[in-house]
Amino acid sequence: MPDAPGVELLAQELREAHPDAVVATEHFRGKGAIQVKPERIVEVLRFLRDKGYRALMSVHGLDYYPEEPRLGVHYELLDRERVDRLTVKLRVSTDDPRVPSVTPDWPTANFQEREIYDMFGVVFDGHPDLRRILMPEDYEGHPQRRDFPVGGEPVLFTYNEDRGTGYTR
Amino acid sequence: MRIVKREKSQAAEDLRIRQLRARDMLRGDLEGEDLEQYVQERVITTTLEKAVAWARGNSIFPATFGLACCAIEMMSLPGARVDIARFGYEAFRASPRQADLIILAGRVSIKMAPIVRRIYDQMLEPKYAIAMGACSSSMGVFNNYAIVPADKFMPVDVHVPGCPPRPEAVVYGILKLRSMIHQDPALSWRKRHGAERTVEVLPEDIERFEQEAAINVFKRGDTAGA
Amino acid sequence: MSTELDYRTQEQQVDFTQRMHPVPGAAEPEQELLTLNVGPHHPATHGVLRLLVTLEGEIVRDLKPVIGYVHTGIEKTAEDKSYWKVIPVIERMDYLAYFFNAMAYIGAVETLLELEVPKRAQYLRVIHMELNRIMSHLVWLGTSMLDLGAVTVWWYCFREREKILDLFEYSTGQRMHTRYFQVGGVADDIPRGWEQKLREFLADMPSRIDQYMDLVNRNEIVLRRLKGTCPLDEQTLLELGVTGPLLRAAGNPWDLRKAQPYSSYEDFDFKIPVGQRGDNWDRYAVRMEEMRQSLRIIEQALDGLPEGPHITDNRKVALPPRHELATSMEALIHHFKLVTEGFRVPPGEVYYPVEGPRGEYGCFVRSDGSSKPARVHMRDPSFVNLQATAPMVKDSYIADMIATLAMLDPVLGGVDR
Repeated sequence: MPDAPGVELLAQELREAHPDAVVATEHFRGKGAIQVKPERIVEVLRFLRDKGYRALMSVHGLDYYPEEPRLGVHYELLDRERVDRLTVKLRVSTDDPRVPSVTPDWPTANFQEREIYDMFGVVFDGHPDLRRILMPEDYEGHPQRRDFPVGGEPVLFTYNEDRGTGYTR
Repeated sequence: MRIVKREKSQAAEDLRIRQLRARDMLRGDLEGEDLEQYVQERVITTTLEKAVAWARGNSIFPATFGLACCAIEMMSLPGARVDIARFGYEAFRASPRQADLIILAGRVSIKMAPIVRRIYDQMLEPKYAIAMGACSSSMGVFNNYAIVPADKFMPVDVHVPGCPPRPEAVVYGILKLRSMIHQDPALSWRKRHGAERTVEVLPEDIERFEQEAAINVFKRGDTAGA
Repeated sequence: MSTELDYRTQEQQVDFTQRMHPVPGAAEPEQELLTLNVGPHHPATHGVLRLLVTLEGEIVRDLKPVIGYVHTGIEKTAEDKSYWKVIPVIERMDYLAYFFNAMAYIGAVETLLELEVPKRAQYLRVIHMELNRIMSHLVWLGTSMLDLGAVTVWWYCFREREKILDLFEYSTGQRMHTRYFQVGGVADDIPRGWEQKLREFLADMPSRIDQYMDLVNRNEIVLRRLKGTCPLDEQTLLELGVTGPLLRAAGNPWDLRKAQPYSSYEDFDFKIPVGQRGDNWDRYAVRMEEMRQSLRIIEQALDGLPEGPHITDNRKVALPPRHELATSMEALIHHFKLVTEGFRVPPGEVYYPVEGPRGEYGCFVRSDGSSKPARVHMRDPSFVNLQATAPMVKDSYIADMIATLAMLDPVLGGVDR
């Protein structure tokens, strides 16, 4: 893993190449992470690929509810020659959850971005085939969001059963 | 204590009466209606039905329907350690048209449920279903939006709990099913479960059907938190 | 349904003239393309995988996998449970590699907690993981050969699998989904007699692997179906993010057990089998050799098993042993807190990768300081490897597609989670 000064240097070079891309850096439990602006993610990943982080291992999303901006996407990068891992993070809000897709450069992100779209509702611009992958095609709602109930449907208790959220008649 | 005189009934369950009637039969003393009654009760119908039920129970063809982890344990059923070929059930058929038993091994997700139902519908009567594992019997370990218990959309005869159930447990369930078949091989699952009719509801009719149905119908898109 | 309609219109618009090349020896190719659904219920799809296959005669021109048929919402369920209780749920993702799922998640939680795992626990973890790897490869071998028609291999593989499951039951109490790995170590020490039984297994197994290879390696049909079919070059595989035996079959010796060792893997001496051409035969050979190397690792771990505790001493994280509950008040309080609320994990985000039988299992855990994880995500190798199916089977026969699916070893529990 690049150590804490290493991440800072990397972020510095990134700032020089793409001035407004980097938002924050962090180094936690021996691994570095750079937080970038969503619009610049493609350039950032290309820059890091030239630096040696050629493998995109995982693209996953998360929901920071109730902190805003709510939705996050993490990109796990791996440098096989130096055995280095780096995380690139970005945050978008639910009002405008658009992120440029990295699938044209990194074909591995295809299914993974579709899963983030399915589970969180993040729309990836430029993705060749953005549709639901795990849930049925006509499902409404994004299950992995924190305010989506685990059971998918609200549980009927005595306080809401006569209100009837459209259920038993 | 009162002594009650029992009436002589036609369906003689008393052993002595049966013995007497058998003796009469053998002697050729049963005549006319008595004889016909006797024959109808004993010789043709009951024995034949029993024989058919015995044969049916001992040669079940399961359908290959493994979904998740329970499928791996189901795969070890015809293996050498727990050998269901001893009971005659080793012929797993891939086509549902040729199978009598569907062992729902694994978790049924909402995307898969209509497909399971379609496979079950394609099977020919008499057909049986075993829900193997906790996930298909109830929702199992996963009490969430994505899993459907099998009872919600198809009739299940035997539930085998476990996560995953040991192959021996599944064999116990299958043998229970076999004894069920031996006792009462009702040809139709509708008779077995008291189901009057099933209706395939098209999406445009679902509003009307919800009015009539007394079940909880989840409105699509209604995911407001509780 | 709507997918198929869109697919039909897409089909009309695709221009295949660049991609069509004559299959040697075939007659004049037909002009019409047929889209076939190799449906979720199919004996040859390993699990409930649905493939939309565009065929020209018998040749596959395009392939689209449709997944989600066993989606269980495990990641969502995990957010609802305390850290300790997530372990059984997480194990059920990739149902053939349950120890690896647990290891990835527990490794992530231990990294967040900065917890030290005793050496004995690490060795026990390695033994169980390698046994699981052998078991997963046995099931792969059995089902793959079943797909190809060599049915006999299946019976023998499952016989061996029963032996491994006996070992698991002996040490952990359950055949599958054992909940043996705990945060801080393993749940219980190995019982007396287990080592003996394991050594018998280790003595027996190499000759069994030889038996399987005897059945398969000179079988003309298997050779013709596997050698030279559906190769994919290393560069495409790297771009698609493929890891595990598929990548190693193409020649790239990337293995996390050697590259980023975790849980004492650096103490053991083993080789990484690597293929040359990246076709189906190499994928088969790599996995067979991996089974042998796993046996080596287990033997070394068993010989070098250190004495010591099997779980960490940190009572805030691991349950105290039961005999202490009768005498020590603190132990009782710890037990109570751990069982009811669970331990709290400092906030942070961690990604912990392990090398499983299908590739890199990476578990991402985000903690917000409470006793329940805020997000658990598994980067499952089958999910990513499935994207490689389409490039692999393009322009080969359906039979090759079945063989390739078998050699790809997707486990749909991991794909759909």
